[in-house]
Amino acid sequence: MGRITLEGVQKSFGPVHIIKGADLDIPDGAFVVFVGPSGCGKTTLLRLIAGLEDVSGGRILIDGNNVVDVPPAKRGLSMVFQSYALYPHMSVRGNIAFGLKMAGLPKAEINRKVEAAAATLNLTPYLDRKPRELSGGQRQRVAIGRAIVREPKAFLFDEPLSNLDAALRVQMRLEVTRLQKQLGTTAIYVTHDQVEAMTMADKIVVLNAGRIEQYGSPIELYQRPANLFVAGFIGSPKMNLITGAEADKHNATTIGVRPEHIGIVEAGNEGWSGKVVIAEHLGSDTFLYVDAGALGTLTVRVVGEKRLNAGDAVMLRPEPSRIYRFDANGNSMFA
Amino acid sequence: MATRQTQLLARALMSPAVILLFIWMIVPLALTVYFSTLHYSLLDPGSESFVGLENFEYFLTDPAFLASLQNTLVLVGSVLLLTIGLGIPLAILLDQPVIGRNVIRLMVIAPFFVMPTVSALVWKNLLMHPVSGLFAWIATSLGMTPIDWFTDAPLLAVIFIVAWQWLPFATLILLTALQSLDEEQKEAAEMDGAGALSRFIYLTLPHLARPITVVILIETIFLLTVFAEIFVTTGGGPGLQTTNIAFLVYSQALIQFDVGTASAGGLVAVVIANIVAFFLVRIVGRNLEA
Repeated sequence: MGRITLEGVQKSFGPVHIIKGADLDIPDGAFVVFVGPSGCGKTTLLRLIAGLEDVSGGRILIDGNNVVDVPPAKRGLSMVFQSYALYPHMSVRGNIAFGLKMAGLPKAEINRKVEAAAATLNLTPYLDRKPRELSGGQRQRVAIGRAIVREPKAFLFDEPLSNLDAALRVQMRLEVTRLQKQLGTTAIYVTHDQVEAMTMADKIVVLNAGRIEQYGSPIELYQRPANLFVAGFIGSPKMNLITGAEADKHNATTIGVRPEHIGIVEAGNEGWSGKVVIAEHLGSDTFLYVDAGALGTLTVRVVGEKRLNAGDAVMLRPEPSRIYRFDANGNSMFA
Repeated sequence: MATRQTQLLARALMSPAVILLFIWMIVPLALTVYFSTLHYSLLDPGSESFVGLENFEYFLTDPAFLASLQNTLVLVGSVLLLTIGLGIPLAILLDQPVIGRNVIRLMVIAPFFVMPTVSALVWKNLLMHPVSGLFAWIATSLGMTPIDWFTDAPLLAVIFIVAWQWLPFATLILLTALQSLDEEQKEAAEMDGAGALSRFIYLTLPHLARPITVVILIETIFLLTVFAEIFVTTGGGPGLQTTNIAFLVYSQALIQFDVGTASAGGLVAVVIANIVAFFLVRIVGRNLEA
């Protein structure tokens, strides 16, 4: 079991409020991703749950028990750090076994569990190597092995993939997700990469400036962002935000249209006219940055190869049903 | 730096410095070797004559030699134990965030900047003096008999003085090493359920293996030649109780005015230092290999 509930959790460093009251309910077995820009407090929130920082206010419940005064080791959680934090002078076996050794398990049982974890993570050939003799991906696996071997109530991941190259990151992303589903253990995963968040999460927590902006499934966040911040943060490329006369037509202060919801129509049709500033040809998609006069520069995503180049005039048409409306406070207005 | 010209240029430019250093080293060494084969007494000038290895025989069979060799090894070993044994907890304490940390660090480093003669005098006259010393005052105010350090435990007294001087060095090296210990590793160990003691044994000590090696090697070089502290406090006595090899060489040359034997003793000291270095590098040197 690993249900984690936050009730009004606050954290201040001196006069600086990092977490301004977080309420959250993470059901058992869920994969929850904390996502947000740098300095939004996502890592701090994770460290509060881990017990590496003390809360300034509020309660953290694990399976219904308040753990704010419980030391990290007794909370039954395990953590994978950004730097992996492997013990450099111990072998892979020693690293994975360390937590069990500290718990005072008998040697035979430790060996059995370490071998099992190593087999799950394809680390068996490397058990007697030192961390410095491993590649980045292997070190990452050792760090995960160290976390799973203790059979915790929940895994805490602190940007674990940010030190890997792009190809390996995609591969590890899949492995982590698969492993979590296989073990069925609750996981909290911190990242600033919204693609990681969208692909891995059962539920995403979007954080900004110490506040939880929205908590929901990836598609919910994409389709029904609660406010301007979430709308701008989730989705790649970013949503186009338009203010002024065009927004007034929709009775909103700001309207937003995602780049994939803008079509290119023949000249003469109704729409927004503009001029292509830059065209990025990715093969599968073409991203157009279009100067649309009073509307500003709009990003347009066209599926497939579109033979348009800088300087070409285009006529843009947003899908009317996919226009998001925001009020003066930046909150969404759904029809 | 791969072309032939640059290699040649590098050699040409470096040679003045290398040649100067070589002469600086080889002339005194050659003279010492030469003197060690002479009957050369300052009390009897003009009588220098070649005596072969007799000076060595005389020095090595002197009962003072074995006594001073033992004193040297006891001194080096004890000071190493004290400086590292106290340096580790001290470094850990100084690594904690406390108010006025910079001032405290400066104060801890201070003994290293006091010259050996001065610190030996301070210890001799202000701290360890059996009548007017601070330790004597503490002992009498507690109703105990003051210890006359330089009579009853002279070698121990010298060990304390030298250890006090070298403790800051060990502390400083170990402190800088502690500061490079990865914070996330400590937190990972904490999450793994390791208490403070386990974290020290499994994380901090292995991390300190290399700086401890550095401290041992560097301190040994200097501790083999401790002289000023002995000269100022005990003068090698009582008897031979605080005479080490360096002091024995000095007493041969400038108390007994026997330059020949002193030179032989100097060369013996070089050999001993090399033997000690050989074993040290075998024992602890592998920690230095990355």
